[in-house]
Amino acid sequence: MPTKIEKDALSGRETTGHDWDGIRELNTPLPKWWLYVLYATVVWAIALVILYPAIPLWWTHTAGMLGYTTRAALDIEIKDAQARQAPLLDKIAQLSPAEIRKDPNLLPVALVHGRTVFASNCTPCHGTAGSGRPGYPNLADDVWLWGGTLDAIQQTITHGVRSGDPQTRDSQMPNFGADKILTEEQIGQVADYVWALWRGTKPAADSPAAALFSDNCAMCHGAAGEGNRDVGAPPLAAATHLYGSDRATIIRQITKPRHGVMPAWGARLDTATIKSLTLYVHSLGGGE
Amino acid sequence: MTNLAEAPRHTPEPDTRLVADRVRVYPRAVHGPVRRFKWAVLWVCLSVYYLLPWLRWNRGPGRPDQAFLLDLAHERLYLPGFEFWPQEIYFLTGVMVSAAIGLFLVTSVVGRVWCGYSCPQTVWTDLFLWFERVIEGDRNARMKRDARPLDWDKAWRKVLKHGIWLGVAFWTGGAWIMYFVDAPTVTVEFWTGRASTEVYFFTFLFTATTYLLAGWAREQVCTYMCPWPRFQAAMLDDETFTVTYQHGRGEPRGKTHIGQSWAGRGDCVDCKACVHVCPTGIDIRDGQQLECINCGLCVDACNDVMTKLNRPLWLINWDNLARQAARSEGRAPGKLHLLRPRTLLYLSVLLIGAVAMSTALAMRADIGLSVQRDRAPLFVRLADGAIRNAYTVAVTNKEPAAETMELDLEGLDGASLAVAESGEKPAQRLVLTADPDTETNFRVLVQAPAAASASQKVNFILRDRRSGETVQRASVFLGPGAADRR
Repeated sequence: MPTKIEKDALSGRETTGHDWDGIRELNTPLPKWWLYVLYATVVWAIALVILYPAIPLWWTHTAGMLGYTTRAALDIEIKDAQARQAPLLDKIAQLSPAEIRKDPNLLPVALVHGRTVFASNCTPCHGTAGSGRPGYPNLADDVWLWGGTLDAIQQTITHGVRSGDPQTRDSQMPNFGADKILTEEQIGQVADYVWALWRGTKPAADSPAAALFSDNCAMCHGAAGEGNRDVGAPPLAAATHLYGSDRATIIRQITKPRHGVMPAWGARLDTATIKSLTLYVHSLGGGE
Repeated sequence: MTNLAEAPRHTPEPDTRLVADRVRVYPRAVHGPVRRFKWAVLWVCLSVYYLLPWLRWNRGPGRPDQAFLLDLAHERLYLPGFEFWPQEIYFLTGVMVSAAIGLFLVTSVVGRVWCGYSCPQTVWTDLFLWFERVIEGDRNARMKRDARPLDWDKAWRKVLKHGIWLGVAFWTGGAWIMYFVDAPTVTVEFWTGRASTEVYFFTFLFTATTYLLAGWAREQVCTYMCPWPRFQAAMLDDETFTVTYQHGRGEPRGKTHIGQSWAGRGDCVDCKACVHVCPTGIDIRDGQQLECINCGLCVDACNDVMTKLNRPLWLINWDNLARQAARSEGRAPGKLHLLRPRTLLYLSVLLIGAVAMSTALAMRADIGLSVQRDRAPLFVRLADGAIRNAYTVAVTNKEPAAETMELDLEGLDGASLAVAESGEKPAQRLVLTADPDTETNFRVLVQAPAAASASQKVNFILRDRRSGETVQRASVFLGPGAADRR
């Protein structure tokens, strides 16, 4: 209890009676309505505790009379959003990617839908926005293994690459080194030839390397290394390469080639989503 | 009959309560030049507030014709001759900062005139008090009636007063929403029940706050809720003009009788007229204090009394502490120092802000350009070794019609541009169609031969074909650089 209530000489007002090492405080009582506002907030808080989830228990929490949960609220929002999207997605499912691309109302929807689906399904291998990494094709450049038209992209996404799907994209490059088709020296010559190809320095046509290339590689990769999309053979004369552009990587790939695998998404994603993905991948910059 | 003044005084028990009953303030009516000026400011403020939404301004078809409209639904602020977009919010920030500095400046020169005259709390409280005075009479009548138990006279007057208060509050709340939606339209919609829930909600909300704050809370808002009185003292100094009691002239105070000499005593006759007219219920003779809103009604009240007593006027006056101190020491009050470091500082900040704002306003373009470089991938190497960067280009068109714009790139040798998914061949100049009155996004692919530098500064230049107006934005073009050149 305050004991030393006294009148402050200067202001003529009472002190609170508390004394902190000689420091005293003037008693400036708050108006009562201020206190009532505090009580009102307490009542408000109690109402909130009764109506909404509030008190944490050991394993659970009080549910509140309104039965509100953020998860249920989110579910409702998601359902609302899906209901709003449904007519557009139905339309996307019915039209071909080429038709969707011409529709200024549908294309933005497909691209946004494609981007979100790409982020959760394709990014782990192909990188953010299809930026690619060694062994996983960059989808934003203009080099395609199996084709960059809308139809080709849709086909690849739907059936995958070496996926086991009956219509999958499939091809195999021989193990030139491991199966002793070429000697180590020959492989080195071919590697030099390929390296010169993409560096733009025209290799001599009558060299042993040129002969080796045309005998062993040109059937799939093309006489000038331009690639062949029917069999997914990459263009060797292009400036970008799937596994890397240095000589060691080229030698390793000729000796014992690696073969990428991509799942068939037709079994996992619905038609509208596949078409949206197709348009999104097409829009990344390499679309043909 | 007992003379209260001579009755033995009891020493009151020390008051240890931490909360106290509100001391009700019954301001008495006052007449005089200050009061007339305060009425004039009040009517100007209220007229501006209630009538401004009804002012029309033709902006052509498809645009609202309300002169002042903050269209939240369509994200536009319309002022006469101007249309602001959300991304120009810095103008609002500039206005707010200037208003604050302006308030500091005015306060450091003439004290809290904002509080006393133009603060909405003061204006509406004054208005509500006027209704109260008309219905319930002046100070003494109101005090007597409030002390009486409820009877018919008290009941009808209270009901009438609160009814009128609620009406004014409703009008106030209704006028508020008119700044956000077209005034004539929303008025019709409101009374035919077709207005949106938000309109009804905010009308109700501002009706309630006006009624509570101006009718019930009044000076409590200034004393307990408002932060401004708490720190306005930082803007005041010895040179600031505030409403002050001329202590040297007034003291020693005391009652007087007709024919009594004024020798050896002060001019203050302790009539408490200044206290009775005070809307915050304080005694100005106690000096500067937190509760004083500097309205100067006590000046009028005191002058009235001084006139009757045939004494010089302005016992309570706008004055500063320096002049008062000089007078009490018998010196002549010094010169006025309106320009002193404090006011010069506020003034220069205000001027710099005003110049910056007007320059920005004058140079505001009707087209806008924003360029955002794709960060993944940083760049793409094409089959022929060329490098490509992608940019999200947002073209703002504030015109009511679609505009044809040209987009050029400066600072990159051999660059060509194409809009992704447009199916067009890369070209040196892009021709874009910007939709009317909105922002249109384009994903622009820029390709150029690989360069020695890994990062090149580039400039996007957008030109409106019709008006010839241009805007530009700087960005960079990234590549592998010399280390990985072909």
